[in-house]
Amino acid sequence: MLSEDTIAAISTPLGFAGIGKIRISGPRALEVASKLFNSINDKKLEEAKTYTAHYGDIVDPQTGQRADEVIVLIMKGPRSFTGEDVVEFDCHGGMVPLQRVLELVLREGVRLAEPGEFSKRAFLNGRIDLAQAEGIIEVINSKTEKGLDLALDHLSGKLSAVIREIKELLIELFAHLEASIDFPEDEIEGFNSQQIGEHLNLIKEKLETLVATSKQGKLYREGIKTVITGKPNVGKSSLLNTLLEEKRAIVTEIPGTTRDIIEEYISLNGIPLKMIDTAGIRETEDLVEQIGVERARNSLEMADLVLMMLDNSQGLDNSDLNIYQLVKNKPVIIVVNKTDLAPQITEEEIKEKFSQHSLIPISIKEERGLADLKRAIIDQVLDRELSSEQTVFITRARHKNALEKALKALERVINSYHNGFPNDFLTIDLKEALNALGEITGETVTEEIIDRIFIDFCLGK
Amino acid sequence: MKQKYYQYPDQYDVIVIGAGHAGCEASLAPARLGFKVLTLTVNLDHVAFMPCNPSLGGPGKSHIVREIDALGGEMARNMDETMIQIRMLNTRKGPAVHGLRGQADKKEYHSRMKRVLESEENVDLKQGIVEKIVVEEERVLGVITKTGLFYRGKKVILTSGTFLKGRIIIGEATFNAGPNHQYPANKLSASLLEMGIKLHRFKTGTPPRINKKSIDFSRMEEQKGEEGLSFSFDTKPLTGEQVSCWLTYTTGETHQIIHDNKMRTPLFSGDIEGVGPRYCPSIEDKVVRFPDKERHQLFLEPEGKSTEEYYIAGLSSSLPADVQIKLVRSIIGLREAKIMRSAYAIEYDCLDPTQLQLSLETKKISGLYAAGQINGTSGYEEAAGQGLIAGINAALSLRGEEPLILKRSAAYIGVLIDDLVTKGTNEPYRIMTSRAEYRLLLRQDNADQRLTPIGYRIGLIPAERYDKYLNKVERIEEILDYLARRQINPTTEVRHQLKELGSGDLTKAVPLEGLLRRPEIAYNDLNYFVKDLPVSTAEVLEQVQIQVKYRGYIERQTTQVEQFKKIENKIIPQDLNYDQLKNLRLEAREKMERIRPHSIGQASRISGVSPADISVLMIYLEQKKRAKKNG
Repeated sequence: MLSEDTIAAISTPLGFAGIGKIRISGPRALEVASKLFNSINDKKLEEAKTYTAHYGDIVDPQTGQRADEVIVLIMKGPRSFTGEDVVEFDCHGGMVPLQRVLELVLREGVRLAEPGEFSKRAFLNGRIDLAQAEGIIEVINSKTEKGLDLALDHLSGKLSAVIREIKELLIELFAHLEASIDFPEDEIEGFNSQQIGEHLNLIKEKLETLVATSKQGKLYREGIKTVITGKPNVGKSSLLNTLLEEKRAIVTEIPGTTRDIIEEYISLNGIPLKMIDTAGIRETEDLVEQIGVERARNSLEMADLVLMMLDNSQGLDNSDLNIYQLVKNKPVIIVVNKTDLAPQITEEEIKEKFSQHSLIPISIKEERGLADLKRAIIDQVLDRELSSEQTVFITRARHKNALEKALKALERVINSYHNGFPNDFLTIDLKEALNALGEITGETVTEEIIDRIFIDFCLGK
Repeated sequence: MKQKYYQYPDQYDVIVIGAGHAGCEASLAPARLGFKVLTLTVNLDHVAFMPCNPSLGGPGKSHIVREIDALGGEMARNMDETMIQIRMLNTRKGPAVHGLRGQADKKEYHSRMKRVLESEENVDLKQGIVEKIVVEEERVLGVITKTGLFYRGKKVILTSGTFLKGRIIIGEATFNAGPNHQYPANKLSASLLEMGIKLHRFKTGTPPRINKKSIDFSRMEEQKGEEGLSFSFDTKPLTGEQVSCWLTYTTGETHQIIHDNKMRTPLFSGDIEGVGPRYCPSIEDKVVRFPDKERHQLFLEPEGKSTEEYYIAGLSSSLPADVQIKLVRSIIGLREAKIMRSAYAIEYDCLDPTQLQLSLETKKISGLYAAGQINGTSGYEEAAGQGLIAGINAALSLRGEEPLILKRSAAYIGVLIDDLVTKGTNEPYRIMTSRAEYRLLLRQDNADQRLTPIGYRIGLIPAERYDKYLNKVERIEEILDYLARRQINPTTEVRHQLKELGSGDLTKAVPLEGLLRRPEIAYNDLNYFVKDLPVSTAEVLEQVQIQVKYRGYIERQTTQVEQFKKIENKIIPQDLNYDQLKNLRLEAREKMERIRPHSIGQASRISGVSPADISVLMIYLEQKKRAKKNG
């Protein structure tokens, strides 16, 4: 954190604002921004004057795909907030486009800023005064980011377990190479050249799997596809709106009002959910509604999680059971709505029919049971993602960044290995891979390796 | 000072306590820079003595020897003049970890170094046991010997090795002694404690020596020396017949003897309080800790040409003498072996090196330096490296100049001293290449390029040698330049030749260096492609090949070093009052207060200091700087 490298972060609060800002600061800010930015009039950002704004697209240089439409602000050092070259992207608000753009920036070798780091640089470069600096110290001293919640802690706990496993494999090989380098006259048992190659491939596979989960990871990128289903007028759109805390879907008392799929992103304790509100599913003659129902069925097939809603004020009927047949093999939460009204379903009935799923009674109208529902969703997501699929989703760009760095380093090790470079050259990138993983778990490597050398091998005169 | 003493008429610039490997370098450096030096040793017949293995080098250690040489120290030259075997280790593991290993003739090594000191105009080499370091108002004044002589000195360098309250342990037998049963320094510890210096107690050990005529070499594997090698950049390679070492193994019987007598070793009975090094375990330790290992390898190393003594590397022990006899005879080829000296463990006082500055001057007492095993290290090479730096810094201080502090990115000696001073050590410290972050840049083959300009600037490298060095560097540059400019076209002839060499095809023109970058193509192979290939010494061509073949890696580490230097160059004022850093966590504040780091970089390496602490420190320093500017 002391090196004068280039850093970036989303610098507007995450939420539902119309605009989100990504700030890049450091010697490579302009270069990186320029590489990602396609100006509307082909102007080069590097040649732009300080304190100017530019309109265009952020494009993934690898795929040519547009990530977002932005306004770029250029503020050159030393007369910028941090005193360094600063570039800001004004993106569309919402987590997904912002994360996507940030990811592209980080891929160019920019580091994710620590909390308070822009301000710290601003202070060290003489751009803000003493009183402000006091505040910064507090930020730096606070160990965790504000509001970092339990769900994410849980996730990162699982993540560090997986990372530790990979790290252990790396250390095993690294300690072996180092021991044979530092104690060439001792008998070091362990890897022969072929085994080194196999071991490297094993580590690479594990790292790739981890990086891949973060790349395709719904949790990270698209959000968990959560489909709300149920027969018409059970309160699906109302539930979505409540979770969104705004009116988006059309809500009426007339069954079958929702005729299209409505998708919204929400963040539950930091876990992104892609909420899909579907048309109520029932047999119908109305052609328009039929299309809606058909789409609803399709989206159910793609669902990662289903919130199946029942109406407490009506008895269970065939529609409910038919819908259940469609979703029963998915992770399902049974949401019993309208508990403010006189019950027409008994708990026994529900338990008998939907016994293996969790059951949450709510009343949207009286705003009861919603916290339980949120908790149940989080539990489902964590349990399912972590245990049944045996994968861990990388939720933070910082972690993902570090993992990609580790993977790149490991690819270099394998490359050196295949090109017949001596073992010392393998250790250079192995160490870098280890350090990258250490950035996630917060451990340093050198002492650990030396300890390990003496634990594993019988050495010395 | 109540005791009677006689004040010696001359005042010395530098007094060196001890004439081991640290003491010799610490004496020669200031003397060669024109200062009057007194070197005191317990026994003049043990100057530059090797009380343990009769060898120098190995990875990391040989790097230090080459660095000493590049700076103008004596160790490498002394070794080249007296060694009886030399080899290069790790030749297939990459140039950065190549390590020279030489077998010394112990007696010759000692004699020559003694002669060098004796004939050095500015060195007075004397026998004497120092019992007290005289200090007034936290400034060193001189030393008093057991025989009541008070020598005055402006600087004192403590290089007393393992002599401080030395205690030898052989099974149940223990007695006060320095290395090799010499007279120990029993009182100097008290003098150090008196001035407020904290001491540790460490332990080390050495294996038995046996008589050559009782060894059956026919059952062992011979290990011969190699041609064309030397430690110094400035000497000729060793010529003539070299003496061999021999490889043998312990047996099941050896291990049984150890198990049967385990309780008679002080290590397990608890008689040893000192902390021993992990990398130098006794044979009993190895057998107990690695029970699955069926045999342990041992090397028989000759102690010199004029003696029949052989050193059994790998058999360090503190077992009782009677058990050692059985133990040795259970080893393959040693059925009839006769022990001449028993193995022993030795405990000694050393000082906690975090009490030193990076210059190796103590923080507490101005003008008092410490170097070598007294600082908690082990190994002749580590000792000599520190001795040289302490000697240079005593001299630079006398000249009124800034001390020489080698960065971790510049030398293994820098890594060694920074580790000691910043982190301390809880076992005798040995250098390892894995301790260096920028190993690829700190090669033993380029120690001259890293350090000779510094040695010249200080005045330890003579102009003639420096010119030779400059010529070498220039020649390397010329050839690199040639290889970058000379183009090779993919002619039929060229492509045929590549095939002959087992190398891949060429489809478009490349500079000659492109071919040299291929692992299977050596410099001399380039003669197949051009008629005007520059000719030069093996040394120059080695540099050329390394720089071409590993350029990508070298450039990457060079970039890392640039980053590293930025925070290393952020200097912390030595008078900083850490109590004023209210926002610093207590643990961090206490540690920084104690270590008093020289730079932000050094501070960040103190264990228990977090990146957040470093930010607080940086912000504070920035505030102070601004307040000063505005005030």
